[in-house]
Amino acid sequence: MLDIQTIRKDFPILDQQVNGYPLVYLDNAATSQKPVQVIDAVANYYRQDNANVHRGVHLLSQRATDAYEGARSKVRGFLNANSDKEIVFVRGATEAINLIAQSFVRPNIKAGDEIVISHMEHHANIVPWQMLCEQTGAILKIIPMTTVGELDLSTIDELLNERTKILAVGHVSNALGTINPIKELIRKAHAKGIPVLIDGAQAVPHMVVDVQQLDCDFYVLSGHKMFAPTGIGALYGKQELLAAMPPWQGGGDMILSVSFEHTQYNELPYKFEAGTPNIAGAIGMGVAIDYMQNLGIANLAQHEHDLLVAATEKVTALEGVRIIGTAKQKASVLSFMIEGVHPHDVGTIFDQQGVAIRTGHHCAQPVMQFFGIAATARASFAFYNTMEEVDALIDSIKKVQELFA
Amino acid sequence: MSANLRDLYQQVIMDHNKKPRNFREMDNANHLAHGNNPLCGDALVVFVKLDDDVIEDLSFQGSGCAISVASASLMTEALKGKTLEQAEHIYQQMHKQLTGEEFEQTALGKLAVLGGVKEFPARVKCATLSWHTMHAAMDSDHDISVTTE
Repeated sequence: MLDIQTIRKDFPILDQQVNGYPLVYLDNAATSQKPVQVIDAVANYYRQDNANVHRGVHLLSQRATDAYEGARSKVRGFLNANSDKEIVFVRGATEAINLIAQSFVRPNIKAGDEIVISHMEHHANIVPWQMLCEQTGAILKIIPMTTVGELDLSTIDELLNERTKILAVGHVSNALGTINPIKELIRKAHAKGIPVLIDGAQAVPHMVVDVQQLDCDFYVLSGHKMFAPTGIGALYGKQELLAAMPPWQGGGDMILSVSFEHTQYNELPYKFEAGTPNIAGAIGMGVAIDYMQNLGIANLAQHEHDLLVAATEKVTALEGVRIIGTAKQKASVLSFMIEGVHPHDVGTIFDQQGVAIRTGHHCAQPVMQFFGIAATARASFAFYNTMEEVDALIDSIKKVQELFA
Repeated sequence: MSANLRDLYQQVIMDHNKKPRNFREMDNANHLAHGNNPLCGDALVVFVKLDDDVIEDLSFQGSGCAISVASASLMTEALKGKTLEQAEHIYQQMHKQLTGEEFEQTALGKLAVLGGVKEFPARVKCATLSWHTMHAAMDSDHDISVTTE
């Protein structure tokens, strides 16, 4: 059993008043808050260990390198990857998807080939593929969605075919909270020899992920959504695939030797980490992983599930509120519409009660178009949220309804 | 409820949101523009019928939050029958009001109810969308698109 009040003390930002009310932070799918352990790790790195990695013979450089590579090992453990060589530090899930599009798919794709994504993707898992299609004449194919917000797999056997060069799909939808059946999708794709990228940005804060058990070829994540700093994320890729890929960006650290005639690229994973990396961010991400694992990710998931179930029941009981996305398997996210009130107005009124939610299209405009709406209001939970905060959410909805009655 | 919130969602604004005035397509418009705020999904079209330099008719259609709908509705009421020069003056004063600058109260009349928006920086764009769109429509003799975010 988690002691949420004690956990909340680790998150100094939560202890503040907003517009005269205690802050109720329910915008975790946009970005999560950071525990003091992560904040201190970043600050202490700059106070004590700051130096460039992989090059100095001096002590600070050694300490920085050890901490940075230590963080890589933690990410490997977190995803249960086979080797540290399979973990590439990137800016976030967006950069990782662009990297795979340009370095893995682009060299092997031609006009008329196909890329399969789903109707549920956020823009980060749509636009890089559209850009690749423009560059190569390939065609983007979309797995459709049902009205409850689940993937419609009735046509999947035709969608995945001999022209398909990659299947790229989100593990958890940021706009709807749907947990997609990725294991089944990976199995189906692999049966036809199609590689699979899983966008795990919304999944890793909420569940245990095992890339070997999933057997995905690539898995991408953003640190800032899992209690780590912004500007750091990770790409997992199967070693033999990463090894065969050309580099993504050129520069220092990604080379073994450089002359004007010839440059020899570095080994994995450094081949994909040109330039001085976000060392402090990586260290912070490692500490965020420690933090989650110390509490037990399964425990965190159970508490969040309880919050989501309670919030869903209470919102469902209200007149004039419609939940967008009612899949059987969901994590963290409750998207809703209050009848007769634009989500933007909802967001402002919530904020005046100290309740922070996201309103808008959640960078998933095709999802909004599917439901025939421009925007939703979205509450998204993390493990530090409480049942009292669920009640604050419900009170704020009632306040909106009163004001717009 | 906070005083700020009451200032933002005044009765006039709620009324114009519920029953927007001049909310219609205009067949004989000679100027029109599309306005979009991609961040929140607000989208509207402003139709203008200019007779020389007089705004003979002004209407809009689209969807958006209460602030953007009310602002557009109030705008159509305020500018109908005005000359381009008068409309430009009101546009400038409205802009000043929303960005917290000194402005001429008398020029705005009923539009003063939108003054509460300036306390909500994230919402100023909602109130200005229709005005920018109207301005673009006046300046152009073909269909034009305006984007704010």
